[in-house]
This record gives sequence, C-alpha cells and structure tokens, in this order.
Amino acid sequence: MHTVIVEDIVKYYKKYSNKHKFLTLKSAIVNRSLFSDLKSSEIFEALRGVSFKVKDGETLSIIGENGSGKSTLLKILAGISQPSSGNILTKGRISALIELGAGFHPEISGRENIFINGIILGLTKKKIQERYNDIVNFAELEEFINNPVKTYSSGMYMRLGFSIAINVNPDILLIDEVLSVGDASFVPKCIDKINEFKRKGKTIIFVSHDLTTVERISDRVIWLKNGEIEMQGYPKRVTDTYLEYIGKKDEKKANKQHEAEKMEAEKNREKRWGTKEIEISKVKMIDKNGNEKYIFEQNEPFAIEFNVNSKSEEKDFVFGIGIFNTEGIQCYGSNTFIENFKSQSIKGTGKIRIKISKINLVNGTYFLDLAAHKRDGYPFDYHHFQYTFKITSVYRDVGIVRIHHEWEFSNNIKIHKKSLVK
Amino acid sequence: MILKLKDLFKYRQLIFTLISRELKARYRGTVFGFLWSLINPLLLLAVYSIVFGIILPGSSGRIENKDITGINYSIFLFTGLLPWIWFNSSILESSNVLFIHGNLIKKIKFPIEVLPVMTVLTNMIHFIFGIPILVLFIIFFGKGVAITPWVLFFPVAVFVQFVFTMGLSFLVSALTVHFRDLKDILANFLTLWFFGTPIIYAFMTPAIQNHKAMVLALSLNPMTHIIEAYHYTFFFGSLPHWKKLPITLAVGLIFFYIGYLIFDKLRDTFVEEV
Repeated sequence: MHTVIVEDIVKYYKKYSNKHKFLTLKSAIVNRSLFSDLKSSEIFEALRGVSFKVKDGETLSIIGENGSGKSTLLKILAGISQPSSGNILTKGRISALIELGAGFHPEISGRENIFINGIILGLTKKKIQERYNDIVNFAELEEFINNPVKTYSSGMYMRLGFSIAINVNPDILLIDEVLSVGDASFVPKCIDKINEFKRKGKTIIFVSHDLTTVERISDRVIWLKNGEIEMQGYPKRVTDTYLEYIGKKDEKKANKQHEAEKMEAEKNREKRWGTKEIEISKVKMIDKNGNEKYIFEQNEPFAIEFNVNSKSEEKDFVFGIGIFNTEGIQCYGSNTFIENFKSQSIKGTGKIRIKISKINLVNGTYFLDLAAHKRDGYPFDYHHFQYTFKITSVYRDVGIVRIHHEWEFSNNIKIHKKSLVK
Repeated sequence: MILKLKDLFKYRQLIFTLISRELKARYRGTVFGFLWSLINPLLLLAVYSIVFGIILPGSSGRIENKDITGINYSIFLFTGLLPWIWFNSSILESSNVLFIHGNLIKKIKFPIEVLPVMTVLTNMIHFIFGIPILVLFIIFFGKGVAITPWVLFFPVAVFVQFVFTMGLSFLVSALTVHFRDLKDILANFLTLWFFGTPIIYAFMTPAIQNHKAMVLALSLNPMTHIIEAYHYTFFFGSLPHWKKLPITLAVGLIFFYIGYLIFDKLRDTFVEEV
C-alpha cells in the first residue's frame, strides 16, 4: 500500500514587477483590478511535473542542489502551500519538521509553549498531557521548562521543537534539513528517534544535503534537479551519480575560478616576492593526458608544470614546492636541495614538471606555493598561496593525508563493505 | 462558505489557546500585568474627559433627558470609548497579524483564518473586562443615570460589532499582505473614523441634528449605530436607537461575507507573500 501518492505536481511562483508594488493600491481602487493585478506576467517554475509514490513504512530521501525544489515539494506534501496543479494523496497524520519551534512565543514558558505548540500541531490537550513528560525528557529541559523560551539557547529551542514535533506521533514524518542546526550530541539522538520511527513502520520523507545520513537511513532516494526528478532508486547509486554531477560542476567552477585567480594574482603582488633573477611563470596543473585541470581525485596522477626564466647565468639555485590546506597548515613541502639535487647552471627559459603519482591528501581545497631561491634562502621568485586546486575522494575521511590502511575483522564481527556502484 | 465557517468552529480549541497565549504574553514582565487592559482605557478616558469635558465643554448639554456634562460626560465618553478601542485595536492589529505569525503560516500547516479571529476575540476580551468598570462608574458616579433593564441588550450590540469587525479584520489582514501601504493608511484613517463616530459627542446633539448632511454622513457609518447602541444600553437606558441596529447587522454580514471571501480567495498567496 502507498501512504503518499504524488501525481504530476507543478508549482510555479509568480514574480511581481516592482511597479506593481507601488501602483497596485491606487490601480486596484481606481480600475477595480485587484485580482487581475495579483496575476503577474513572469512565472518561476519551482516544480515541473513531479510524480512518485511512497510505500507504507518506506523512508524516502530527496536530494538536490539549492533551488531544485526540494523544500517546495516538502511544503506541498505538508499541506502548507498548494500545488499549482497536480494531485497529492496522503494517508494518516502528517508531522512536518520544517522549522523547529515555529510558533513558540518567546515571552512564555517552555511548559506553556509545549501545550500551545502541540495544539497548533493538531494534538488535543489530553494527548499533550499524556506525552508531556516524554517531550520534556527527550528535550533534556527538565530544569528549564518553566523559564520563558526567550532565555533558551538555540540548541535548547531546537530540542524542544523537535521533541514536540516528533511526539505528535505521526504516520508520515516530513523532515527538512532541520538536523543541520542541532548540537553534536543531540543530532544522533534525533537520528535514533528517526530510526525508531522506521522500525515502527512509519513513512518518512527526508530532505537533506547530508548524503551520509541520506545513505544511512533511506530505502530510496529521489534526486531533484530544476524542479524535475533527475533520478531515483537505490540510495548509494543515486547519491554517487549526484556527487559525480556536483563534482563536474565544481570542476567547471574551479577552472573558472582559476582564471579569476590568475587575474587576481597579477594585482596581488604581495603574495609574490623576490628579485626575479630567476622568474617562475605559466604555472599550471595537468592531468595524465596533459589537459589543464585543477580538480583531481585522491588517487589520480597529475603534474604541476611551470616555466623558469633566468636572464643571466645563475649557478646557485633551488626550486621548491609547498602545499597548504585552507586552514593554512602546510601539508607538504620539499625542494630540490632537500632531495639532493646539486645545481650547476641555468640560463634562459626552461620548463619544470613535478609529477605526482598519487597525492593521497584528504578531499578539500589546497593552495600551492612555488619558489626559486639560493641555497641560503636568497629569494629569486616566491609564489605564495597563488594557486588553488581541489582534491575529491569517495571517502569522507578527515585529517590531512589519507594514510594507507586496511581493516581486518575477526569472524564473529558481522560487517561488510558497501559496494561502490560507479 | 458555511462549511468553511464550520471548520472555524472545529478550530475552537486552537483559537482559545492562541487567545490565552496572547493574553498571557501581552503583559508578561510588566508590573501591573493584566491591570493594563483596564488602566489603558482609564488613562484615555482621563485625557478625553479633561479636554472635551473641562477645556472645551458645551457641545453636549441635555440629550434624551440625560445631562451630559461633568462626570456624566466622562461616563458617556467611556461608554463609547471602550467598544471603539476594541474595534480600533482589532483592525490595527489585523493589518499586522499575518506578518507577526508568518512562521506559523510558512512553516506549519495552519488554518490561517484563525489569526484574524484570534485578534478580534482577544481585543473583545479586553473590552469585556472594561465593562464592570463602566457599570461601577454608572452606579457610583452617575447623576440621573442608572443601570436599567435595557442593559440586557448589551450582548446584541457586541454581536453586531463582532460581525462587522470580523469582516473588516478579514479584509484588512488579507489585503495588507499585498498592499503594505494599507498599514499606514489605516492608522490615519482610523483616527478620522474615530471623530466621525459619535463617541466624544452625542449623535443627538442639536449641532449635528440641525445639519441634514451631517446626520446622513454619520448614519452611513456602521460604527455610529453600534456605538449608539451602547450609549442607549448603558447611558440613556432606552430603546429609540435600536431600530437602526438590524440594518447595521445586515451591513455587518455583508462586510463579513465580502471580507471572508477575499481572505479565502487570497489565502493561498499568503504563504509566498508574508
């Protein structure tokens, strides 16, 4: 049986022109065009014909970029806004966690707010009385429950909101990104509660950017793109395709950004210093096919290429490289002197390529430093924080480098690795 | 429409809860607390009594065989002022109520029509709390004015005013969402309306009755008949004016119908516009 049936939902928003805002009252009165004024010429389609069904007890996640229509869809499912066309069928009580604590009144106590919020969410006074202790305990607010809500921290506020909403005991639970604001200890508790709902066979529709949680809790994932379903199915398969898409998009952006950075670097001379007796120029990063690129996978071979130009002959020179992460921590640094190269002579333009077979840095953005100097540090040309590149990885491990490792489990531990469907 | 109004009845617990929240929250943290709903009209009464009873007297005199000077003028004034404050605050707050509770509209499935109802009812409760003071005033200070059995008609006047106010409240709350200028226009318009309603003066004052145009203008104002109904119930203790009340009720019902219709028609736009 299906708990939620969505058929060909279309939602468009009207964009009113500025003129409208200033003239309407007058024209509404003079021309009696009140309702026609409220019609507008420009229309933005947030959802363009979305259909899906959710089975009893299924957990469905909806992912997509900002502005793809996720929240609009959820609001329509919750009955907050109406679709422009299309049908929705839902079975049972719906509780929507779209904004926690919406409707709290800051001046009155947590206790009173529980009752008021409960009634707003559709409970009766008696039901709230029954669940009052559960609500307070789950929110961990025993000591503060008689204080006005305005004295609560944002974490306390959110906990109380979540606790009330979840205790409405819905048949269908809609969750929109609310967990992203919780404190570290409360979020796992919320997820436990959501899992409890799952076990009880309730239907959950979950909207999130947090793909890890999405993969963990959902049975099926829908990927919304520009108001349409781009893909749906087995969670890992959808999230991976989605990640790949986002990655490609980022890559384009990063390349564009690189162009902009080049311009910036021209202006930004303090990031570069030295006497320029040897000058570094035309720095670029290339993949194994020689294409210029600034976003690489963790285990992808690539190279850093740059030109050096020495006006007169130099005998004492060292070339160096440094890699920093966004926190400014040096992840790696080395130079030709450290690696036992002995300089003899340089004159005119030359080309240097640093080949990296496997960078093994964790995913993130990095800065590249390049330098040419004498052994004693006398600077020819220093390029500091001038270039950025990005490392992507299938794993979300943290730290600086991915240390090569393997897991081994004894036979009594039942654990298996999810296959990466690519 | 009737069906939708039945829904409104279904939400009564929600409405009561919201009203009690409003009442609790309004004076939370103040020293006088709930007394403020009594102090406010009393202060206003003091100001108007001084200005129009002592500094600028003489517009009244004897009307319907009652003396409207001195302390009696204050009682007369209070009789009209209390229901006007209910009306005035209801309309002003209605112009803002959807914005203040934007969170409820945008984030929760919420019966929006509850909000104007809550506004009008909350202010009605403040009004009702003022009535015992009025009665005490009449009993202790009234000169030749007394509580008569006509007081029993009081709920009728309240009902007519409620219907009319509710209609305007629906209209105002819905329209301000799209025309925000209305808020400022309203504040000024209500001041004008106040002086165009027999509150600080009596409708039967010769100065008015001698001008046909003025009588007509005042008669076209539904609030005239509503306030007059209170005047007759409490102050004059007689019936004459009541004849106009059924017509006012009919007008009120039309306002209610139109107000609700427009509110209902614009309802789906609130989520996006608030």
